[in-house]
Amino acid sequence: MLQLIAPNGRPAGDPEVGLRDDQLRELLRLMILARRLDRGCMALQRAGELTVYPPFEGQEAAQIGSAFALAAEDFVFPTFRELAAAIARGIDAVEYLQYHRGTRHGGPYDPIATGFAPICVPLATQLIHAAGWAMGAKLDGKEACALAYFGEGAASEGDSHEAANIAAVFELPVVFFCQRNGWAITVPLEGQTAAPIVRRAEGYGFPGILVDGNDVLAVYAATHAAAERARSGDGPTLIEAVTYRMGPHTTSDDPSRYRDEAEVEHWRARDPIERYRTFLLSVGVVDIEAVAGFEEDAEERVADIRAGIVSVTEPPASDMFDFAFSEPPETLRAQRREALGGD
Amino acid sequence: MVTEVSMVAALNQALVHALAEDPRVLVFGEDVGRAGGIFHVTRGLQEEFGVERVFDTPSAEAGIAGMCVGLALAGWRPVAEMQFDGFSYPGLDQVIGHIAKYRNRTRGRTPMPITIRIPSFGGLRGKEHHGESPETYYAHTAGLKVVVPSSPLDAYRLLRLSIADPDPVIFLEPKALYLATEDGEPSVDGPGIGEAQVVRDGDLCTLIAYGAMVSRCVEAAGSLASEGIECRVLDLRSLVPLDVGAIVACVRTTGRAVVVHEAPLTLGFGAEVTARIMEEAFDDLKAAVVRVTGFDVPYPPASLEDAYRPSVERIAGAVRRTLGSTRSLSSSP
Repeated sequence: MLQLIAPNGRPAGDPEVGLRDDQLRELLRLMILARRLDRGCMALQRAGELTVYPPFEGQEAAQIGSAFALAAEDFVFPTFRELAAAIARGIDAVEYLQYHRGTRHGGPYDPIATGFAPICVPLATQLIHAAGWAMGAKLDGKEACALAYFGEGAASEGDSHEAANIAAVFELPVVFFCQRNGWAITVPLEGQTAAPIVRRAEGYGFPGILVDGNDVLAVYAATHAAAERARSGDGPTLIEAVTYRMGPHTTSDDPSRYRDEAEVEHWRARDPIERYRTFLLSVGVVDIEAVAGFEEDAEERVADIRAGIVSVTEPPASDMFDFAFSEPPETLRAQRREALGGD
Repeated sequence: MVTEVSMVAALNQALVHALAEDPRVLVFGEDVGRAGGIFHVTRGLQEEFGVERVFDTPSAEAGIAGMCVGLALAGWRPVAEMQFDGFSYPGLDQVIGHIAKYRNRTRGRTPMPITIRIPSFGGLRGKEHHGESPETYYAHTAGLKVVVPSSPLDAYRLLRLSIADPDPVIFLEPKALYLATEDGEPSVDGPGIGEAQVVRDGDLCTLIAYGAMVSRCVEAAGSLASEGIECRVLDLRSLVPLDVGAIVACVRTTGRAVVVHEAPLTLGFGAEVTARIMEEAFDDLKAAVVRVTGFDVPYPPASLEDAYRPSVERIAGAVRRTLGSTRSLSSSP
């Protein structure tokens, strides 16, 4: 397993991954912001401001390390748990969270302009979209790749196989990024697969990388290499990032009913942010004041996001009718008139 | 000079012209490239347009449908083929979950100009899974258009229009008509998607059908005409959008209607057509609307196919029943 920083924050390999100090600091800033935002979203859901929320606490390194390794021309296909990756890609969090507020099915952000697909809930279906987008990019002669997130539960779906096989056959520029977070709602890893996910890559005929998903530099290095390989025309890569979902599947379940607290404690000691902060402090890339600044900044940003999302009101009922077709058929226009009056 | 064209040739020409006119059009599916398609609809396309624009995929229908989404996001115009009706279902999840919803999900920011061609319906004495009528699954899924041609020239027109359409279109090709021929030059001019067409005039009863059942209705109308019963035949062409106006106009004139399809009766598309007639033309009805359809059973083996698909006799019988109803007699002048 690729690991560059040990859980105690000491170097475990060569932590030189080609990032400047300001970029190394940015990774920490984003991880601190992401966690603060994630906790803020849990609170917003409890306060009735979001419908259901799927927290990503514990997976900050996996998401931010991978998203940070992408270029502007690349395209991300997320699941429903990639808010950290979204903010690393510069997606407006208030727009993104409208999905969880129940006012929009996708965030109102423009997926094509931002290179970030709408939240995708049906498991593994987005992996095929990534292969299709990658084929389109390849036909256009673009040097760009698609990165698709999924979990070990989604790896049980047939679509994950079809996507990997298609990407392999056509040598498409795709990075399949599996966040193996231990739990698919209430089913543990061993209930999903009898062998490491990463070994499947060999069967498809492309490389697989097993990486410590709580080590942001290792995740960055693995993703950077896979993305470079994809963009240079050498085809897909599967990354299995070993991480842990510290919280519930969503705000609708209570993990204490189906998993052992000792397991959670084991992973708490492998916290991705604590590990990276310790490392950066030890090598002198940040100091205590800088970290405190990131935390204050995160507090302010999250307060702004909270204010932004709670001020989003319900959309007009006409929204239901106006986007299903480019030009609504007469039968639909009649239903619109019945529901709303007028034209 | 009048030329004779088969439906396979007309569909092939539509793809050739679409590929030639729009460099963003891609044609793909199982065996569509090297082999030119199981039914030869894509024959010669790969030679003419290259392996990048016309290609074989792995045997993966969810993959084929899902790739359409990604390609559309990348600005391409995918025309995918599902090899057979009964094998299209692995792709249904991608069609229902994404192709139909993506544009709506992003409030119009991600158009899905996707055409999925599916050789459909019975009549070819095929094995199990080779004679199914999947139209209702698609027509019931909001966000899709669903079209079914009934003749070679209309197949050309509808396929060109489907490919040019900014929204996803499920294009169901009646396998039984692939070798049917028609005289004329293929053209996109004519009725659009969402417009039904009267293909035979008559004033006693309207026969409403699509695909291969249209010619069967015309045949039934011919046989009834010899008894002095003149029937109108309305070819729906497009199930979504549905030309309710044309249906209602026909029924207002004839006062009687028989809806015909190969799919099973219960919740088949005839149920929708009948309900629309009840809602919008009830006062003009002289008899209850009758449906002539396949039965509520799995599609039968080849030797029983003729007993399953609506026959000319069953259609004519249904018309006579509507003419013999008491309501018909009481309201006749």
